[in-house]
Formats: sequence, C-alpha cells, structure tokens
Amino acid sequence: MSDPMRIRAQLMGDKVDVRVLVAHEMETGLRKDADGKIVPANYIQSVTATCNGKTVLSAQWGPAVSKNPTLAFKFAAAGAKIGDKVIVSWVDNKGDKRSDEAAITAAS
Amino acid sequence: MNRREALKTSGGTIALALAVSAGLVNSSAVSAQAWNKTAFEVKSLNDVVKAMGGTAATESKDISFVNAPDIAENGAVVPVGATSKIPKTESISILVEKNPNALSASFMIPEGTEPTVSTRVKMGQTSNIYALVKADGKYFYAVKEVKVTLGGCGG
Repeated sequence: MSDPMRIRAQLMGDKVDVRVLVAHEMETGLRKDADGKIVPANYIQSVTATCNGKTVLSAQWGPAVSKNPTLAFKFAAAGAKIGDKVIVSWVDNKGDKRSDEAAITAAS
Repeated sequence: MNRREALKTSGGTIALALAVSAGLVNSSAVSAQAWNKTAFEVKSLNDVVKAMGGTAATESKDISFVNAPDIAENGAVVPVGATSKIPKTESISILVEKNPNALSASFMIPEGTEPTVSTRVKMGQTSNIYALVKADGKYFYAVKEVKVTLGGCGG
C-alpha cells in the first residue's frame, strides 16, 4: 500500500489553486537492478481530481513522469467554497489505486 | 511476480495491443477514460497527434512553458509546466522528444479549469520538450530545449 498524497487546495480570488504531491515509485520498466534484472514497470496511468462531484482535471501519465510526481493546476471556484473537499485519485498499471482528499482553505 | 503471472500479464497486453492495431478498439473514442496506450508508445510529436485522433499540429505562440528550466541538473526530476492562451483548450500534453517514448503526460482540461498545468518529468538526455495543446478539435504545439547534465533514465 502506498503512502497518502499530500494535497493543498487554496481559494485565491475566484480560483482554487490545487497542488498535489503523489508518493509513487514511477518505475519505467527500463531500469535494471543490481543483478541485471529488469525492474518491472510500475507507474501511474490515470489521475482524476474532482470537487463537489465535478471533474476538475483528469490526466493520463506515462512512465516518463518523475518519481513522486507533483501536479499543480487551478480551477474556477464557481460553486466551490472554503471547506469543500477536493478529491484526487490515481490508478497505476498494476491496478493499484489510491484516493485522498483535502478541504479548500483560504489563501495564507 | 512469478512466471505464471508474468505470462498472463504480457499475454493480456499483447491482446490489447493487437486489438488496438486491428482497429477493434477505437483508441480515440476510449481515450477519455481508458489509458491511450498507442499514444504513449510512439516516438514523435506527429505520431502522438495521430494516436490522439488528430492529423497534424501547428506551432503556436499562444502556448508557453512555465517553470521549465533551460538547464536541468538532474534529468530524473525536471519541472515542466505549460499554459495555453488558445480559447477552448481541451487538453495539454507534455512530450520529451528524445525519451524512449515521447509522450510523458496528458492532461484533460474540463470547462472551468485554467489551461495551465505543471508537473515533473524524467528526461534521458538533452532534448526538445513539446507542449501539445488540443483546442476546439485542432492541435497546436510549442517547443523548448532543455539541457540535461545528468540523465534520468537507466538510473
């Protein structure tokens, strides 16, 4: 089981600024270990962020996304307010999945 | 993973690849949800555009890179962001020309979300990076060279 994502969602004017740090190995399947055996590929294939049931971003990733990837984007706050939850979930190529959420906070 | 499992997995992958190449699975139709395997396996900008269901991409000055470095000290972690000023931007993809497979990440931008995304990618060597934008059914791109002093593939 993987570690939780770190998610920050801040209300900035009429936009919500979301920053996500995902804990994932993101193995490409091209790397070899000390014995010369290929390390099997293990990377996130799809990421989805939702807020109040509406998808605000979805992404497809390949193995070339770095280890412990970050993701930053903004969406229009229409309807979303402080305290609403932003839910981010991912699925990797082995079928592992994880979903975490964070409440929208005021910009500091 | 034991041998039995490995065989099963690779069998499944081959079957899917065959289905896609035989046209049984329309890759552009399922791309909204399913992972676009073809797009992630091809090696050039034009092939990626084709795998996404387009024909060709034109260069655009309305796409710019945010916080992408000119020189990356460590190719394993290269911050790349792209922003598009083109109206009706539907998706932004990040490509690295000289990686084993060009496409790194593809972001679908629903209405209401700013056409700006940033993430971090791996780069095997100094290469051009592309930001490919799909807007109103057409494809546009911007290019930038990033020099890598330490490769990020192969450990």
